[in-house]
Amino acid sequence: MMLHTVNKSPFERNALESCLRLAASGASVLLIEDGVIAALAGTAAGETIAERRGDLKFYVLGPDIAARGLEDKPLVDGIEIVDYDGFVDLVTEHDAVHAWL
Amino acid sequence: MAEDQPVEFDTQGVKKRFMFVNRRAPYGSIYALEILEMVLISAAFEQHAAIVFIDDGVFQLKKGQDTSALGMKNFSPTYRVVEMEKDDANEDDDIDMVWRIIVEKESLEARGLEADDLLVGVEVMAAEELSALMAAQDVVLSG
Repeated sequence: MMLHTVNKSPFERNALESCLRLAASGASVLLIEDGVIAALAGTAAGETIAERRGDLKFYVLGPDIAARGLEDKPLVDGIEIVDYDGFVDLVTEHDAVHAWL
Repeated sequence: MAEDQPVEFDTQGVKKRFMFVNRRAPYGSIYALEILEMVLISAAFEQHAAIVFIDDGVFQLKKGQDTSALGMKNFSPTYRVVEMEKDDANEDDDIDMVWRIIVEKESLEARGLEADDLLVGVEVMAAEELSALMAAQDVVLSG
């Protein structure tokens, strides 16, 4: 199974949109850097993520949420927050990593 | 490992399925050229390669690129070399690698382009089929 990482804001780039179009069912998506913005509930990207929770597993990197002062904002239900150790675990648990830049 | 100890790579017999995902138009950034270089390197190591163009990456293959006024090298003819490499790899039984050049149908159509606009022969593939192919790769390099 593949781990997809997305590091661009959905308001700035279409990296997440393309990732979600091409990620196969059962894959994992980890939001990092500006990609964490997509995890915010109430955004268009957040709604898209909510629609795909059934066939994709979503993670977000906590330190990137904290760095942007977004810890007090609700995230889309079902997104799992991971730290850097969790990031490493995800990489080792998947067969390949696809970095959407 | 000691710092002065040379690192040895034994690549003999290692064969992986690489997918190179081009997502950006040429000349506005270095991504397109960097991925092209990786593609050519993978040939030197006789690896399987699916060279994929999605989003604005489809513009990398547009016919008729002319960068003379930019002072930048027009590297699009190199894709013809990639195409020749692909044909050699797929037709020569002594070369154990399979190469494919794939353009995502949705990205092409969204930009008002068709296969005839491109400078190499490509497989135009719908997102659903491309998704399955992507999931079957050992290594995916994107930019």
